[in-house]
Amino acid sequence: MAQAIIGRKIGMTRFFLEGGKNIPVTVIQAGPCIVTQIKTIATDGYAAVQLGFEDVKPRNSTMAVIGHDIKAGTAPKRIHKELRCKDDAEAGVFTVGATVDASILAGVGYVDVVGISKGKGFQGVMKKFGFKGLTATHGTERKHRSPGSIGSHGTDRGHGAKIKKGKRMAGQMGDDQVTARSLDVVKIDAENNVILVKGAVPGATNGILVIRAATRLYKRKAKKLVKA
Amino acid sequence: MNRSEILASIIKSQMKPAEFFPTFSPGDTLDIHYKIIEGEKERTQIFQGVLLSDTGAGVHRMLRIRRIIANEGVERTFPAHNPRLVKIEVVRRGDSRRAKLFYLRERFGKSRRLRDQRRGLKHVAGQTATGRESGG
Repeated sequence: MAQAIIGRKIGMTRFFLEGGKNIPVTVIQAGPCIVTQIKTIATDGYAAVQLGFEDVKPRNSTMAVIGHDIKAGTAPKRIHKELRCKDDAEAGVFTVGATVDASILAGVGYVDVVGISKGKGFQGVMKKFGFKGLTATHGTERKHRSPGSIGSHGTDRGHGAKIKKGKRMAGQMGDDQVTARSLDVVKIDAENNVILVKGAVPGATNGILVIRAATRLYKRKAKKLVKA
Repeated sequence: MNRSEILASIIKSQMKPAEFFPTFSPGDTLDIHYKIIEGEKERTQIFQGVLLSDTGAGVHRMLRIRRIIANEGVERTFPAHNPRLVKIEVVRRGDSRRAKLFYLRERFGKSRRLRDQRRGLKHVAGQTATGRESGG
């Protein structure tokens, strides 16, 4: 968690790089956050840093949250998120009550952005998983978008002729936690706590995001870093 | 700054000032001065042609220009706010009744040209509504 922060998606626009290259960017309000709690292996069994983001009116909060945030010496926060650390030492870099702003990501080339994707409701397998459906003709009636068979022959033996666990079927799509990995950081404006990231990030405008330094790079981007 | 102001300020920082753009509309012939990089060197190239469409709001504004090179129609779409686009000049005013002039692609010869616009020129600074200039 050495380099992570809570943010809010503001929207997308166009950005011209030096030399005139024209790229799509997502504008993210990142922080300022307050460290509201530090969890250690001794007391909690794991190490983590809890950040609070955005003030909330006390009357819109609960006594439990207000009391929790008073311990960190701050006004109640709307969003609290725990960010896991490898060990106590990594979490120990932070102190309770300290402010974390967008400058924590300074020097980071690529970030992962975690958000809740837009809900699509109950969807069939064609939209949800890209199944091909059945044929349009050749006598197919009333099941052009159906998944077809979902199992047989003892469902490949060993499943007691039951449907396999995790079989892809129609159901709720979206409204899931999604991580967009290794997005390019275009610009960090520490003064206004604004980060510009290349491309789209999960979720709707005004959605809550966690932005962290990329944990793992795609090969192509990793190669580019080595070259630079 | 609230969130919408942040977005607005970023968009504004990417945009050219309004004074950069002379008054023009689809049908006009424009000179687009565009910086290109040739190997190490940077130089300005001029692309002259008829403005077919002017779409997109704010920083997304796009100018579609058509010109004829060696009897072959060539169209380029320029992002109006790209920093490499350094200057726009109006060469000729064309009289057009519509906003998208894609029908010009099917035209050849004389009919490809639009009449010189000499009426209702109130919106064009420095031009009068009287008299026809030669050429065009």
